[in-house]
Amino acid sequence: MDTEYRFTHKHILGLEDLTAQDIDYVLRVAESFKEISQRPIKKVPTLRGKTVINLFFEPSTRTRLSFEVAAKRLSADTFNVAASSSSTTKGETLLDTARNLEAMKPDIIIIRHSRSGSPRLLANHINASVINAGDGVHEHPSQALLDMLTVREKKGRLEGLKVAIIGDITHSRVAHSNIIGFSKMGAQVAVSGPATLIPKGIAEMGATVCDSVEAAVADADVVMALRIQKERQQDPLIPSLREYARFFGITQRTLAGAKPDALVMHPGPINRGVEMDPAIADGPRSVILEQVTNGVAVRMALLYLIMGGG
Amino acid sequence: MDFSPLHEASVLPVLLANGRVIDPVNGIDQVADVLVENGTVTAIGAGLDSERTSARRIDLQGKWVVPGLIDMHVHLREPGAEYKETVVSGTKAAAAGGFTAVACMPNTNPVNDNQAVTVLIRSRAAEGYARVYPVGAISKGSAGENLSEFGELRAAGVVAVTDDGLPVTDGQLMRRALEYAGNYKLLVISHAEELSLSRHGAMNEGSLSTRMGLIGIPSVAEEIMVYRDIALARYTGRPVHIAHVSTREAVSLIRRAKAQGCKVTAETAPHYFTLTEEAIGSYDARAKMNPPLRTADDVAAIKEGLQDGTLDAIATDHAPHSELEKDVEFDLAANGIIGLETALPLALALVRDGLITPARLVELLSVNPARILGVDGGTLTVGSVADVTVIDPERSFRYDVEQVVSKSRNSPFLGWELAGKAVLTMVGGRVVYSDI
Repeated sequence: MDTEYRFTHKHILGLEDLTAQDIDYVLRVAESFKEISQRPIKKVPTLRGKTVINLFFEPSTRTRLSFEVAAKRLSADTFNVAASSSSTTKGETLLDTARNLEAMKPDIIIIRHSRSGSPRLLANHINASVINAGDGVHEHPSQALLDMLTVREKKGRLEGLKVAIIGDITHSRVAHSNIIGFSKMGAQVAVSGPATLIPKGIAEMGATVCDSVEAAVADADVVMALRIQKERQQDPLIPSLREYARFFGITQRTLAGAKPDALVMHPGPINRGVEMDPAIADGPRSVILEQVTNGVAVRMALLYLIMGGG
Repeated sequence: MDFSPLHEASVLPVLLANGRVIDPVNGIDQVADVLVENGTVTAIGAGLDSERTSARRIDLQGKWVVPGLIDMHVHLREPGAEYKETVVSGTKAAAAGGFTAVACMPNTNPVNDNQAVTVLIRSRAAEGYARVYPVGAISKGSAGENLSEFGELRAAGVVAVTDDGLPVTDGQLMRRALEYAGNYKLLVISHAEELSLSRHGAMNEGSLSTRMGLIGIPSVAEEIMVYRDIALARYTGRPVHIAHVSTREAVSLIRRAKAQGCKVTAETAPHYFTLTEEAIGSYDARAKMNPPLRTADDVAAIKEGLQDGTLDAIATDHAPHSELEKDVEFDLAANGIIGLETALPLALALVRDGLITPARLVELLSVNPARILGVDGGTLTVGSVADVTVIDPERSFRYDVEQVVSKSRNSPFLGWELAGKAVLTMVGGRVVYSDI
């Protein structure tokens, strides 16, 4: 790597803003941080005295906890604001909430929000660094970074791999960030799912759209299934979960066309038996729990880097 | 900038001398003097100067003297949302932009679906800066169920009907509106949007909406409804006017309908020939409106429609909103931008780019709106009402937030260097605005 390189981003709003070099650097820093979580005393003083606020307007267990663990392992002070206990239910606007938090001088605000672009709105109006922990159906950058870290660990590279993403592409911020991220790193991304859940223009983001799951999965190095939300049946986008499971669920049969050592991934939480056969989720190709472990390392890397590390 | 409201401005004789007079109705485009007396144009010609010395002489060398601009699509927000705009503040913005008359949409609170609201708007307009032509609602409460009282609305001063802001979803109701409006010579204006396709959308559907994670509004949502209303106009034999056209296929549908003799007219707004969806940038709600900004191909088609006569008018869809509605999450932000003060320079860009002539510009901004609405103005014919706009085509200005005349500031053009400006606006012989 160029020794002159520096990571200069103040905010992490989406992978669209990061270059391949940035992504590579985040992954390398994350790899080096993994060791901290193996220690008997899982804490380094890197961010001592820094204040990190988890501002979550949507329910989340995994991502919120992952960010909190990451921040604490770097010795930052963390505070959780959940939508149910926040002022937004009293009619306060997002910007007023942000300005009030800002007045308490946080260093980093990690936001999850149901509206696309909310982290950008926040970043435009406050001094603290902002990390997007998932906004609407826009991006979920830390999830895509941990997915890439997991794949790179297992495969030794990202360039030249084929990644199949199956399911509700329209409503998946995970899919959007992964399409952007894997494409930037030189992987080929194929997507498939019910055509009602494949958004306009996804090809221009770098993905190849396949009508059948089999075509998307053929010779894939990575097969990623997305969560299908039950309410999509009413929308009307799919007729039933039963039909979805039969034609778009990841099973032994659909995996047959993938490379023999293909990895199976899922951003969680899984609807077992719908988007993925339980035998697959728990099977030898599944790296779903490694994804969770790597999530902590990637988030430690992001917190460290936007605070000027590296 | 000097402003005088209509009830305070005096009707003294004025000689508009040495300007380039552009009056397409009479085929005039030449340097001449225009004499205005008692609120009426009384003479046009060269050398009027020496004949009448009593009139106040305003030298307009290098400037254009045109029939007063008419904006057939504005939202004045009164009654109901006076914190965004009032009839007085909105007409002041109109005067600053060179508009001598505006037609205001009925989606106020309460809705202008009865004569009491119409009368209120007109009474407010008496203290304003421009003529105000209220547009009534097609359906009571714009709820899309029962027809409003078109006869009483007409008698109270309404010039057209629409449920603008919302489409008329029910085809039968739209058909009945077209038929019944015929009894009162009322124009029916269509806000063409198939809600089942556009609902929940925040921007144009395409690769950019996918990239930004925003729910898209496909262009077909507009085109399907444009076609329905053309078909209903043809079937009923009644005229329909299509508001705020934004897509290539909508332009094509209107072009074909006109060629077939269908009584359809159409308007577009300056933002649809100036901006693409890219103006949203990083979730800038000042570029959010309905219909949404479209693609470069649509912009090209809108320009073609303005050139070849498919599109009859440029109207602003002036839609004031405060920070309360705009400084929020993008898909929660209200639709609409203000446009009265930027329409003329943005339209003049079409002239500078050689796409339309100055006379065509005057048709789009004055002659045609007057004809379509059936109101006074649109010409400087001797004997006609003296609604006159003086344009300095060379005058550049920066559209900064401090100089916005409208009560709201929701414009994607803030900070733009604009070329061409109204420097004098005269309504019925009264100078309501002057920046010469």
